[in-house]
Amino acid sequence: MTKPIEDFTAVVPFWQPRVTPLDLEKATGEQMEAMKVTVSNTDIGAYTLVLALDPETLQQRTPLFNGIMYSRGGLSRSETEMGAVAASVVNRCIYCAAVHANRYNQLTKDETVMDRIFASGEDADIDPRQKALMNFATKLSKCPSEARKADMELLVENGFGMDEVLDLILSASLFGWANRLMHVLGDPMPQD
Amino acid sequence: MDIFQTIVAKAAGISAESRLAGVLSERGEILELTEKSHDAALRPKHPGGLTHSERAALACRIALLNDEAVLARHYDGLIGDSNREIADTGFDGGSDIRLRAIIRHTDLVAVNPREAVSGDVSALQNVGIADADIVRLSELIAFVSYQIRVVAGLRLMVEVS
Repeated sequence: MTKPIEDFTAVVPFWQPRVTPLDLEKATGEQMEAMKVTVSNTDIGAYTLVLALDPETLQQRTPLFNGIMYSRGGLSRSETEMGAVAASVVNRCIYCAAVHANRYNQLTKDETVMDRIFASGEDADIDPRQKALMNFATKLSKCPSEARKADMELLVENGFGMDEVLDLILSASLFGWANRLMHVLGDPMPQD
Repeated sequence: MDIFQTIVAKAAGISAESRLAGVLSERGEILELTEKSHDAALRPKHPGGLTHSERAALACRIALLNDEAVLARHYDGLIGDSNREIADTGFDGGSDIRLRAIIRHTDLVAVNPREAVSGDVSALQNVGIADADIVRLSELIAFVSYQIRVVAGLRLMVEVS
């Protein structure tokens, strides 16, 4: 039997649910609406079908997720992805870390930063601005949060505006949510 | 929706007169969706196998595990008269096997999600908790963990600005 992936990677795994996903044939109108499924779009992933078991939350969560990850202004797309990776490393969500490291690499055309973060975590040899970002997002992702005033001041000293700081908080926090679904409700498996 | 009346803005102490009001308004839509997500996770129209009161008590417990006293008070106010013991972090569910499984899972995923394994989901299934309720419980724990971090971050922004 194939075993789940245990090490961080920027290659996106296949997500195998630990619960039985919704059977699309049996979806209610509310579930279809929450999945934003249209008649022409029934190729829908296992993760969405699992979350559709709680359609009320999914209905709000999808626009919230897109708003935090893809809104204009504030933190750059690549640094928003880095915030997601920081949380995913703390929570050891292999799947989320892979998806967002992969996006970071595509956006920056540079694989060395994520390679270093996966190899060395908090001690990764990355530039000071990236280090300040990783430091803050990592500490905020602990339970309880270990982020302190000095950690945020380090962001400001490294050129982050308050709009960027807010976006980083939202990105790291959002993955406190996403990781607790992805990592708990399924396994990251090698792609065939 | 007045974003300064949302739970996160109030818990972080940010008002329309605050220095951060402008920055927060730029992300007004996110704050609105955060509030709607709160209602969906805590007070859903179709609560399934987790009552509103149980959800509030578990949320309060998670806030306490995060040393988040302000949100803990907010959730405490939603519990009502029953289920109050669930919010006590020293309570493990006693002789109720369903409650024991739910509390064990909540504490694990809130505090140490990295340690969650496939057997933790089976442990819920084994006491008869339906998959849809496992997803509802997961969304509740995950949403509250998100909301707590947003508040912790916003409070630091207030300190720094």
